[in-house]
Amino acid sequence: MPPNKPYSFVKYSSTQEAISAHTSLSGQELPSSDLEQKTILYLCFVDKVEVQELSPPTLPPGLIIVEDFISPEEELTLLESIRWETDNCNQKALKHRRVKHFGYEFRYDNNNIDKDKPLPGGLPESCNAVLDKCLQQGLIKHRPDQLTVNQYDPGQGIPPHVDTHSAFEDEIVSLSLGAEIVMDFKHPSGSSVPVMVTQRSLLVMGGESRYLWTHGITPRKFDVIQVSEGQKVGTVGGNTEELTLNKRGTRTSFTFRKIRHGPCKCAFPSVCDSQQEQKKSSPPLVEDMGAASLEKEYVHKVYEDIASHFSSTRHTPWPKVVDFLRSLPMGSLVADVGCGNGKYLGVNNDLYMIGCDRSKNLIDICGEKEYEACVCDALSVPFRPGSFDACISIAVIHHFSTEERRLAAIQVLTDLLRKGGQALIYVWAMEQEYNKKKSKYLKESKSSNEQLPLSSKADSNHEGNSKLPVHTNRTAFDSQDLLVPWHLKPKCQSKNSEASTGEEQLVLSNVYHRYYHVFREGELEALCRKLQDVTVQHTYHDQGNWCVILEKL
Amino acid sequence: MKLLTHNMLRSHVTGVTRGFPLIIRADEVKVNSVDFNREFVSRMIPKLEWEALVETAESLGHGSGLPRELLSGYENDEEFLKKVHHVLLEVEIIEGALKCPESGTEFPITRGIPNMLINEEES
Repeated sequence: MPPNKPYSFVKYSSTQEAISAHTSLSGQELPSSDLEQKTILYLCFVDKVEVQELSPPTLPPGLIIVEDFISPEEELTLLESIRWETDNCNQKALKHRRVKHFGYEFRYDNNNIDKDKPLPGGLPESCNAVLDKCLQQGLIKHRPDQLTVNQYDPGQGIPPHVDTHSAFEDEIVSLSLGAEIVMDFKHPSGSSVPVMVTQRSLLVMGGESRYLWTHGITPRKFDVIQVSEGQKVGTVGGNTEELTLNKRGTRTSFTFRKIRHGPCKCAFPSVCDSQQEQKKSSPPLVEDMGAASLEKEYVHKVYEDIASHFSSTRHTPWPKVVDFLRSLPMGSLVADVGCGNGKYLGVNNDLYMIGCDRSKNLIDICGEKEYEACVCDALSVPFRPGSFDACISIAVIHHFSTEERRLAAIQVLTDLLRKGGQALIYVWAMEQEYNKKKSKYLKESKSSNEQLPLSSKADSNHEGNSKLPVHTNRTAFDSQDLLVPWHLKPKCQSKNSEASTGEEQLVLSNVYHRYYHVFREGELEALCRKLQDVTVQHTYHDQGNWCVILEKL
Repeated sequence: MKLLTHNMLRSHVTGVTRGFPLIIRADEVKVNSVDFNREFVSRMIPKLEWEALVETAESLGHGSGLPRELLSGYENDEEFLKKVHHVLLEVEIIEGALKCPESGTEFPITRGIPNMLINEEES
């Protein structure tokens, strides 16, 4: 007996009668003619049937089936509202069924939807009453904005699947029209629960049944169903004496879903694409790599490699930094720790500015401009402590990967100051939109002299050692610790070398990833307040950066 | 590297207490002409380690007759300020090295740029 197949058992009062039945019935065609295909009876003898008396399986948690949710009239209206033949738009004949999408198209290539590409027309009006009722009865919390209509002929089905967590919200509701069907729900542990979904019933998948269990329809022409008339809807199983075969008809399902914006935070991370993605990309940082080696790999090495191109995009000093430097008295000694290509070293000739940076290649650019500069690490700056009138640290501290190191960098910076000396610190802000104004970084999404925005496809191709999330350039930040891509123009000689087209750049460019810790509001100030010998004079947000001015006590 | 920059640099090798002044080994020294700004120089002088400046300038043969001890009233001594200007801003070390006075660690100067990375942090 092949396993997992339906069988019928007939009990005869004597062996003789059984033999007689076998002789006359086995191999015979069933006389009944309402079946399209020939059915041949095959009989064999068994002494004894091992019947496991099981109580009928219970419905997966979170699954609700509401019988007769709509009237036969409503059913007809809904079925007639879908014009399969005339209207080919958003309609697909999949291998095993016909499908039509409303609101948003579900893409079978990535099992997701294009959230920013709604289909014109939205959901059919005929669905409004159904959705209203769902909401009124508290079956769902959000009004669905996506509808998938599937039509299954007998013998067709849908493979077991969990609706992509990141694509849709919790409750998924499905109306069954035209015919009943048995759906199979499977728990990851292997247990399977066949569920009878009657004609005109509403299936509500929520919680565990939506997130953890797969559901599918086995392609076949008959379902095994409960014989009993009373309880039709629900699980199939239990007493084998109460089962029978049921011929399938053409079933049309209306599945309503609400598009999810933002990652899924369900309680089932093992099957959650949002949380798997996050897990995959959770910062290993100190534990996995060590802060210093992370910075070496994802900050120091990158700046060395991109120095020339980076420098060509860093020619405009930020106005408020310039204001700070111009406000200092003549003859002030100023250290620019992390000076990069030295774009601030020459903004005020009344000052004596010394720059330093971890990148030798960037400091060489300072040297070519005849600025005073040296190569050093911001955690170990070789300047006489207590001797500078002012220090600036522009877009530097956010490259340190632990709070201790960020604090140490600020301590080293302020140690350079004489009593009463001032330090200006800029770090990149998590909040790229502040006071309802988007930062220049977000606004310049089509900027030509900066790195090109990266498609998410290219992001996922990043196979670096780090599991840090890779930021999509010119978008809001999802994470405080992340890698920001830099698209290197391979033959970048000067800031005027923009002759190549965007396409060429994409093909030729090498992508480098820089580590950043972007600061939340108040974080930089809180860090500075940990220092004993400085006061925070001023905190502000400037073009997507958090900024402080400190004074040495 | 100008001598004013040198006057602000110190050795940051672990365990070093003062690390100042760094000893210059000059393989190539250049003298540039820089516009004299009396006010600028005058304001800079109190921020300097004077003795170290004079010693260093002398070691390079650019002492310019500056006194070992800073005398008061220099603000009005234009000739003196010009000498200081020359030493601070016009004498530049192009090639050579800086040596930590305590640990002996050397930091190379290439094309006017001192590389102050300590060996362990490099590679």
